[in-house]
Amino acid sequence: MKLDSMYQEIILDHYRNPHHKGLRDAYGAEVHHINPTCGDEVTLRVHLTDPQRGEDALVRDVSYESAGCSISQASASVMSDLVIGKSVAEALKVGDAFLELMQSKGEAEGDEDVLEDAVAFAGVSKFPARVKCALLSWMAFKDAAAQALATTTKETEQ
Amino acid sequence: MSLDVELIRKDFPILERKVGDGKALVYLDSAASSQKPRQVIDAMSDYYALHHSNVHRGVHALAEEATALYEGARDKVAAFINAPDRNEVIFTKNSSEALNLVASVLGWAGEPYGLGPGDRVVITQMEHHSNIVPWQLTTQRSGAELAWLKLTDDGRLDLSDLDELINENTKVVAVVHVSNILGTLNPLDVIVRRAHDVGAIVVVDASQSAPHIPLDVQALGADFVAFTGHKMLGPTGIGVLWGRAELLNELPPFLGGGEMVGTVDMEGSTYAPIPHKYEAGTMPIAEAVGLGAAVDYLTALGMANVAEHEHEIVSYALERLQSVEGLRIIGPQTPEAHGAAISFTLEVAGLGEIHPHDVGQVLDEQGIAVRVGQHCARPVCVRYGIPATTRASFSVYTTKAEIDALVEGLEYVKRFFGA
Ligand SMILES: Cc1ncc(COP(=O)(O)O)c(C=O)c1O
Repeated sequence: MKLDSMYQEIILDHYRNPHHKGLRDAYGAEVHHINPTCGDEVTLRVHLTDPQRGEDALVRDVSYESAGCSISQASASVMSDLVIGKSVAEALKVGDAFLELMQSKGEAEGDEDVLEDAVAFAGVSKFPARVKCALLSWMAFKDAAAQALATTTKETEQ
Repeated sequence: MSLDVELIRKDFPILERKVGDGKALVYLDSAASSQKPRQVIDAMSDYYALHHSNVHRGVHALAEEATALYEGARDKVAAFINAPDRNEVIFTKNSSEALNLVASVLGWAGEPYGLGPGDRVVITQMEHHSNIVPWQLTTQRSGAELAWLKLTDDGRLDLSDLDELINENTKVVAVVHVSNILGTLNPLDVIVRRAHDVGAIVVVDASQSAPHIPLDVQALGADFVAFTGHKMLGPTGIGVLWGRAELLNELPPFLGGGEMVGTVDMEGSTYAPIPHKYEAGTMPIAEAVGLGAAVDYLTALGMANVAEHEHEIVSYALERLQSVEGLRIIGPQTPEAHGAAISFTLEVAGLGEIHPHDVGQVLDEQGIAVRVGQHCARPVCVRYGIPATTRASFSVYTTKAEIDALVEGLEYVKRFFGA
């Protein structure tokens, strides 16, 4: 059934029991992203260790508050699992791989070594209306990480 | 007289098709766009196969036939809404363009109609974005103020401050007849009376009423009425603005171009009489012909019968939906003064609310088409503190069996996501 290819058990598990959800106090940047077509919203915070190291800085924590469909909720959960503990550069690389998977229109399977649980979203790429839901938190992370780095750069320049 | 829905369904070829892996289509998204009967499809293909030419500008046989068909569609629409004068029927692209037309020309007009600092435009919190944004644009540009009627908890207009909101400074009141998200049928008589007491122009967005209930612009008493062809069994690309002749004659033109002019000199131009003054360039001729056929179809059914059928469907749907555990109707809970759309949210024990996107996706797998999201009415979602809704909406071809299918589908959705 087509539906099962989208709603993988892993996705439903993350949806029912999201990881890293709830905003935490230590953070370098906070962003708010929305998906206007369906009203999914996410407020996301990124906390970096040693942000002055630029993209080598470590993603120490990602926390978020979100409202939206199962796909956007599960994706935020999987994303935060994946990026916490990686360097910004590594995390962004995983984000690029995820974006590529989402744009594959059901053709790609995704590299499990890189994407781990996020390969479960391969089926979502067959549903154009839902791709944005899956990408929402990744876009928010990318934006927040860039802002967290930019603020620090400014501070160190001063 | 009640409608013979089984007979009606035979006129709609699309209702026979299967979706997904061979599921019968249950189309409950007519408020977004209705399906089309063969009569409309045939009228448009006959037009192109046999009669097409540009209108109003040739002396040859086809030009005359095309013009007669295009202007004939105007006559049909005028009769359908009981317009006192056929020249008051302006063809547009859709409701949005019709509403933008009114909002723009009222912004540009001189005294006594024009908007400026100190003037007020009143809308409502339940408008479609198409009846919000044009008024934001025109008030921002002219310096007029925008105010709005709010909503009650049960999805109706809060009229308690009607007299303060629609005050002496109010020049325009723009209000939806039937809400596309809540289904509410608004008491326009009260609003029109108050607006006219203070000398304001009343603009009615009839996008969701024209397809479903008898629409008599004279009885309504408004000054402008907008609706859109594709929601009333007609094609996309055609809408209607009805306006009082004396206003249309005095207000400035909207778009400039061919056919909307009298004479053109390099220094300036004069404008054609209405309706052509507001129909610049080559119009959607085939679409107008299709709308004429749709109006014929609805007229043959009888709008009173259409209203009766849909009232029965809405009453049944409200009752059945309210029996679904965890389902909350957003909007009026009872069928009185209710249009042909019902919005709701769905909760499942232990998980909370299932997002409408997920509800719609799982219903789709069963062949059931509903609309999910904010329905171009975000302020309504904000008012009720919800991210979005699932909406089921109905038309002349909707059956009670389809409502049953929806209810079963929703039970399946709950089982699917339930832990
Ligand atoms: C109440 C209402 N007003 C305006 C519109 C806009 O219609 P259209 O998109 O055809 O311009 C719609 C349809 O979406 C509607 O439901």
